[in-house]
Amino acid sequence: MSGFFSAFTEANLGYLMGGLGITVGVSIISVVLSLIFGSIIGIVFFEKIPYFSSFVGTINNIVRNLPLLLIIFFTYFALPQLGLHLPIFWATVVAMTVFQSAMLAEIVRGGLEAVDVGQFEGARANGLTNMQTMWHIVLPQAYKKMIPPIISQLISLVKDTSLASGIVLAELTYRGQIIYAQNTNFIVPVLVVMTLVYFLLNYGLSLIAKWFDHKLA
Amino acid sequence: MSLLNQYFSVFVQGFGHTLLASIIALIGSLVLGTLFAIMQVSSSKTGRIIGNIYVQVFRNIPLLIITLFLYLAVAKVIKMTGFVAGTVGLTLYTSAFIAESVRAGILSIEAGQMEGARANGLTFNQAMRVIILPQAFKVAIPSLGNQFINLVKNSSILAFVGGLDLMYQGNLVAASSFDTFTTYIIIGVFYLVITMPLSYYVQHLETKLKKKA
Repeated sequence: MSGFFSAFTEANLGYLMGGLGITVGVSIISVVLSLIFGSIIGIVFFEKIPYFSSFVGTINNIVRNLPLLLIIFFTYFALPQLGLHLPIFWATVVAMTVFQSAMLAEIVRGGLEAVDVGQFEGARANGLTNMQTMWHIVLPQAYKKMIPPIISQLISLVKDTSLASGIVLAELTYRGQIIYAQNTNFIVPVLVVMTLVYFLLNYGLSLIAKWFDHKLA
Repeated sequence: MSLLNQYFSVFVQGFGHTLLASIIALIGSLVLGTLFAIMQVSSSKTGRIIGNIYVQVFRNIPLLIITLFLYLAVAKVIKMTGFVAGTVGLTLYTSAFIAESVRAGILSIEAGQMEGARANGLTFNQAMRVIILPQAFKVAIPSLGNQFINLVKNSSILAFVGGLDLMYQGNLVAASSFDTFTTYIIIGVFYLVITMPLSYYVQHLETKLKKKA
């Protein structure tokens, strides 16, 4: 047992927790950005603008059907070939945002479609413009229903940040790899602690999602 | 396109490994996921606890951690290649999601079905197999389809453990050709060849189910 804990010197623990900070940072920035872009794309789907909506829909489907790992590698290794150099942290955020926006767009579309048509008609009949109807009447109702699926997307986003260790972003998983690379006896203890940290973070989020689910039901 | 010609056999080899890993993991996770779903709805308290713990743990930790654990720790005891470690990891991870889909399917079946089957003398296991599961799977098919799409995409995790899959071979080609951009585009198209038809089929099933409801 003492061997198990010897992996966790103060320096190593601090190093791991710093990685957790980067994991959480990437997740929060990506989720906020993808909520904005996902909502815009979702509204474009919902409004069924001729040609434009189906064009955006095709692009969205392509992005959704690619592995996130490929998108991360593409952003970091292939975009520089086109002259676009992103620092590693922002390359990860961009890749995550592109992928998650495509996922969230589908959720936003579903949420909008679930709002009763009478709400649109009522708002329009009362003199609100299309934009005002969307902003004041429809979106608030749609978002309320979307909270649980959005939180599950956030959970998969937190898990997926571990993929950025593939481009050597110093997040939690990568830092764990650095620690057990120094001493193979550390492999199991470090992996166990990383599992615990990810689990607590995501299980906590899933409990919040469940709570909203009950409250909204 | 000369890149595609030059490295065609490498890409095809990677595509084959991705497809093979996906099919093995699909079958494995369907069996395992259904088993855990049944445990979750069973009358045995221990069964429910084990089923719930399994699903919660594997759903909430990254696939990469599971795969690294198999490849670095478990492989010391039971010898396995990166391909095997990746495929087993993929199976364990996906089975937790499939368990959720199947469980939702089972719960959507009226309780009267189980009661009726039991009243007619079937055991719990018989009623599950003959009466409940066939109906539950029908309900769960679109969500299972989405899980399969995720599985194919997630199989790229094999690249982390030298699993010879599409992503792994793509990284090799990118490193030796220096044309990262074209390589990743080609890799992407190979993935889309599997995932796009599946995704359109799932959408088709979903609209069909919605019309019925």
